[in-house]
Amino acid sequence: MHIKEGLKERHTLSVTVTNEPGVLARIAGMFTARGYNIESLTVADITEDDSISRITIVTTGTPAVIEQVVAQLDRMVPVHKVTDLTLLGDHVERELALVKVSGTGDHRIEALRLAEVFRANVVDTTISSFVFEVTGASTKIDRFVELMKEIGLVEVARTGIVAMARGKEAV
Amino acid sequence: MPKEQSGANILVEALCDLGVEVIFGYPGGAVLPIYDVLFQQKRIRHILVRHEQAATHAAEGYARATGKPGVVLVTSGPGATNAITGITDALMDSIPMVVITGQVATHLIGSDAFQEADTVGITRHCTKHNYLVKSPETLGNVIHEAFHIATTGRPGPVVVDIPKDVQVATAPYTKPGTINHASYKPQVKGDIKLIEAAVEMLAAAERPILYTGGGIINSGPAASQILRELARVTGAPVTSTLMGLGAYPASGEAWLGMLGMHGTYEANWAMNQADLIVCLGARFDDRVTGRLDAFAPKAKKIHVDIDRSSMNKTVRVDLPIVGDVGHVMEDMVKVWKARQHTKADLSPWWQRIEEWRAKKSLSYPPSTTEIMPQAAVQALWNATHKKNPIITTEVGQHQMWAAQHFHFESPNKWLTSGGLGTMGYGLPAAIGAQLGNPNALVIDIAGEASIQMNIQELATATQYRLPVKIFILNNEYMGMVRQWQELTYSSRYSESYSDALPDFVKLGEAYGWKGIRIETPDQLESGIAEMLAYDGPVIVDCLVAKVANCFPMIPSGASHVEMILADDQVSGELDDEAKALV
Ligand SMILES: Cc1ncc(C[n+]2csc(CCOP(=O)(O)OP(=O)(O)O)c2C)c(N)n1
Ligand SMILES: [Mg+2]
Repeated sequence: MHIKEGLKERHTLSVTVTNEPGVLARIAGMFTARGYNIESLTVADITEDDSISRITIVTTGTPAVIEQVVAQLDRMVPVHKVTDLTLLGDHVERELALVKVSGTGDHRIEALRLAEVFRANVVDTTISSFVFEVTGASTKIDRFVELMKEIGLVEVARTGIVAMARGKEAV
Repeated sequence: MPKEQSGANILVEALCDLGVEVIFGYPGGAVLPIYDVLFQQKRIRHILVRHEQAATHAAEGYARATGKPGVVLVTSGPGATNAITGITDALMDSIPMVVITGQVATHLIGSDAFQEADTVGITRHCTKHNYLVKSPETLGNVIHEAFHIATTGRPGPVVVDIPKDVQVATAPYTKPGTINHASYKPQVKGDIKLIEAAVEMLAAAERPILYTGGGIINSGPAASQILRELARVTGAPVTSTLMGLGAYPASGEAWLGMLGMHGTYEANWAMNQADLIVCLGARFDDRVTGRLDAFAPKAKKIHVDIDRSSMNKTVRVDLPIVGDVGHVMEDMVKVWKARQHTKADLSPWWQRIEEWRAKKSLSYPPSTTEIMPQAAVQALWNATHKKNPIITTEVGQHQMWAAQHFHFESPNKWLTSGGLGTMGYGLPAAIGAQLGNPNALVIDIAGEASIQMNIQELATATQYRLPVKIFILNNEYMGMVRQWQELTYSSRYSESYSDALPDFVKLGEAYGWKGIRIETPDQLESGIAEMLAYDGPVIVDCLVAKVANCFPMIPSGASHVEMILADDQVSGELDDEAKALV
């Protein structure tokens, strides 16, 4: 006997929630309980009084599963609004990464040159290392990290994706 | 400025303000302050169960039979973990319930203190919502909000975890006004455009069917009335899930009986051949649909549900309408009448239904030597239906036979664990139902295995002088398990024999109940009469045919039209695909 699977899509969801204890566990727990995927999840409060957080979730699944994910999020008590940015169409997605590279001589120079191409900033340096800060679409960061592997990549920290619809309206 | 009072006092005040009359509970260290307040008041009645699981099922039974939320009070740690099964049960069956759990003092949380359990963490997955209350100032509002969430939208269980120091510390309490929750706003009214479209689909249908569920009962008695009206004006046949029995009367013209795994031939065939299915407060559960890719292949589907996530969850529908099913049906009837639709000529459809009905799928082989379990349920119905009894069940064959052979005329009379299928539900649920309806006849139709799962509750009924009846269909087997083993595993009855059974008559007597044993068909009527004549709790041990099977049955992995009607159609061993679908 084999277990069947359908064709998957990747969707970016924006979820606004009341900033109360356990809200993140509630949301993450719903994903595991129902067997949904989380590729990336970011969260921070977005109001002055810290009352509301915005969670950006990247998930994969068949269109029917994505529809369920949205509906399941929407029915949770602390959830204010769920927007499927991918379904909405045009939106921007950004991610930030810190990338530590070590090396001397030519390697150092090459690292700096590549950083310039990728508009990465140097946020820390020693005689034999740099920490770069790079922002952009996830694919851009992937490529930067890939290149740095050849030069002397030490470690990477990534924030996960934040996203927003284009245009003047709020979600 | 209102006076300062302890958290425990605030809790009880708030419960009184919310109209709570009964709490089902069990004391312990972390709720002592609350129990002390309960001791000193008379407005709320506390019912001491014998196990916290039973408190939750009793609250469910109370809620299902009265329409009011059930309230539970248990201590921290083991008190809370014992309540988990009933909380999950209430979530699956959408039962309004508020569970108050004690917790260790706030400064001890996270230190593995005595009787500490992460109640909020553990119950996150089995509640509609839950709270850890960190100060007495917020307690009153949280309690009011908890009831609001438990009882509105799709009802469900809400847990409020209250640390012991919060019960002792003081704060002012005032009753809050109407709750306007920032993010929780269930949609009650359905979109009128969609409702109009639904009415046009109904008017145009040649083979419509109304597939009704527990949502109609949750919506309240008015919804059951409007369902009858909808069936009357459209002339459409009505079937129901296990949870929806009673919403439409079993004596009604349009009634096809229950659908699904143990549903009638006519209900399942009508679903399969319909050109329009109107799903009203049901959720296309796998026990209803059978094999999904063969489910109702010819039908357009309308789905009315208050929970948006029920839409398109397992079955794609053509027209989803989010809203309270009672309100939506009311609007449907209004639009139907306003547009002057008349009942279409559905006689060809009804003719086919009558052909299916002629199969008499609920018939069973008679016996003069043994009591057939179906006959026992029928005898029970014959003897009691004029009293409009409340029937609870445990889980197993007896539950399905009760659903098939006990005919319900009104809502809130049929209390069973549908979604979770919890053995041990029936007795505490009967206790809860009896408390909510002191003058009603309440009978738990039980199996000899299930009844043992909360048998300690015999004492609760004795203590509160509740005249609950237990009617055990004793087949000396976990019959439903045995039936599956017969059908799927070539009758290898692995661990499904009920060995070392107690003498239920003596057991009942030990708890102060009357015990009756019925052994032969000729004792059936008199035994039931004796049970009904006794003014107090009675346990009846009715010995029935041991290896009778519950039919019709849709085997796992099969479609509606592959129903098994009788033993001679039973296959010995199913393939892996089917075994996995159990
Ligand atoms: C708590 C729990 N454990 C196990 C099961 C699985 N199960 C379903 S029916 C059943 C047998 C019930 O036997 P009995 O109460 O005698 O009822 P019968 O089927 O014989 O009428 C079992 C073990 C369950 N539903 N609930
Ligand atoms: Mg049995």
